[in-house]
Amino acid sequence: MTAVSTRSTTAAELMPYDEALSRFDPVLGLEVHVELNTASKMFCGCSTVFGREPNTQTCPVCLGLPGALPVLNAAAVESAIRIGLALNCDIAAECRFARKNYFYPDMPKNFQTSQYDEPIAVNGGVDIDVDGQPFRIGIERAHMEEDTGKSLHVGGATGRIHGADHSLVDYNRAGIPLIEIVTKPIEGTGRLAPAVARAYVGWLRELLLGLGVSDVRMEQGSLRCDVNLSLRPDPGAPYGTRSETKNVNSLRSVERAVRYEVSRQAARLATGRRVVQETRHWHEDTGVTTSGRSKEQAEDYRYFPEPDLVPIAPSVTEVERLRASLPEPPAIRRARLQADWGFSDLEMRDVVGAGALLLVEQTVAAGASPAAAKKWWLSELARRANDAGVALDELGITPEHVAAVQSLVDAGRINDKLARQVLDGVLAGEGSPEQVVSARGLEVVSDEGKLSAAVDRAIAGNPGVAEKIRAGKMAAAGALIGAVMKEMHGQADAGRVRELILEKLN
Amino acid sequence: MAEPAASSGAGHAMTRDEVARLAQLARIDLSDAELDHLAPQLAVIIESVAVVSSVAADEVPGTSHPLPVRNVFRRDVVRPSLAPEEVLAGAPEVEQSRFSVPRILGEEA
Ligand SMILES: [Zn+2]
Repeated sequence: MTAVSTRSTTAAELMPYDEALSRFDPVLGLEVHVELNTASKMFCGCSTVFGREPNTQTCPVCLGLPGALPVLNAAAVESAIRIGLALNCDIAAECRFARKNYFYPDMPKNFQTSQYDEPIAVNGGVDIDVDGQPFRIGIERAHMEEDTGKSLHVGGATGRIHGADHSLVDYNRAGIPLIEIVTKPIEGTGRLAPAVARAYVGWLRELLLGLGVSDVRMEQGSLRCDVNLSLRPDPGAPYGTRSETKNVNSLRSVERAVRYEVSRQAARLATGRRVVQETRHWHEDTGVTTSGRSKEQAEDYRYFPEPDLVPIAPSVTEVERLRASLPEPPAIRRARLQADWGFSDLEMRDVVGAGALLLVEQTVAAGASPAAAKKWWLSELARRANDAGVALDELGITPEHVAAVQSLVDAGRINDKLARQVLDGVLAGEGSPEQVVSARGLEVVSDEGKLSAAVDRAIAGNPGVAEKIRAGKMAAAGALIGAVMKEMHGQADAGRVRELILEKLN
Repeated sequence: MAEPAASSGAGHAMTRDEVARLAQLARIDLSDAELDHLAPQLAVIIESVAVVSSVAADEVPGTSHPLPVRNVFRRDVVRPSLAPEEVLAGAPEVEQSRFSVPRILGEEA
């Protein structure tokens, strides 16, 4: 029988993931929105700087005031073409914008300027690496559009006394250039669907960083992902009905959202119910999706060509100039770095899988050895990023910091254990590694007199152990080293302590 | 994002139901009497515009702009924005320097 668990009367029923995968074949689709890092907005000269006071970066154009006319930002078009080329897409010889009409207060114009049936880039594909296996992701299109304003919802539910539910809108973000990158349906993932989704979004972040077209900071919303998922009885069957989960904003959440939707849809299908084609909201805190607008109530955006903007027709020369400006393709870059660093295939796969390629490269450039750079990013820092649910480069520690920590270790000023405390300090915003070491007093005790006295006390306090060492049982030295390290609160060079013990007892 | 294109206005007479749906999409509250009054008028307008389409032969490309102009761009340069007091002067209500508007049902909290 189907094991369907009911979390509560309101939560969706879920089928355990493994069982769901044994009964259904998932088909994925990913829509990634990337905010470009242009200085000004898509159609006006307002600044795009993040985090400014509300409604200080708006003008008649992005507010849609009567008579204001948009003019397209040339840098946004260049970035769009470069992204399209990097995704191996065809660049349209001519394309246009359209108005997507809708009535949410997040767009003051009552429409969003977007590309509809004439995207700037179509029909591409990329090869990513999923747990060591190559996987081909088809790219349907990449198109330009503008971001919407940001709404804060207040009132009623939050316990306010006066006033009904209402929304507060800040239009600083309205009109910032966005590129929406849409995959073709991704088939053949089987049980790897969550890993494929995560790997693709992680790969895309790295590509966009390399192109220098976006800050791709998921926690600030400059890269946002919508996850489309459907199930079918077996790989040959027609696609099932899909759900669209909006605004899944961390790599870990992308993975979790896919898993959750597989389990939710499987539970419905296995009990003879249908999957509703709808928008769903992802809840980061509880790890569930909930129903939003239903697509079956026929959203009708009444798209029509934007009459205030003229067509874009990039010349072949221009496209080729931009193609020549692309950085080294990811696969070639990876092979070059692997050779430079002397990493095995497995080591390289771990680095790429952790989204640490660029970070390790930059840490090496800052002076660390490849092995040390890999060690810090893939163990200590990966664990912390995972705990915090953020990508490695969103942790708040730079490659330069990591290289500085390693150079303190290499100089014998801190040991690995103290280095972890230094990382804690840097992550807590206490400054550079050097500053954390002096502020927290983390430096190892290199005062030979102090060390020697501590060793003497350890020998005197453990006569039995000392006797064993005198008798040649070197393994027993560990107990004395431990006693010294404890007395020195871990701030001693264990190797030097060992040398002192052996000198004194031989 | 492949939404169906608008179905109305493609060279056929508009029905009363279609006018009611358009009014709903445009958030215009029309009474039954207004619908009865407006639907036939709109139908006449749409039919008249459709005559233009019948003239356009296959070799005439669709156009979204009256001028044969392409690639009009501005440089990526920041220019001063409006002062927030000016911006918010047009708001129905203001709270925390933001536009205060009725909450839209079904939107994410
Ligand atoms: Zn503006």
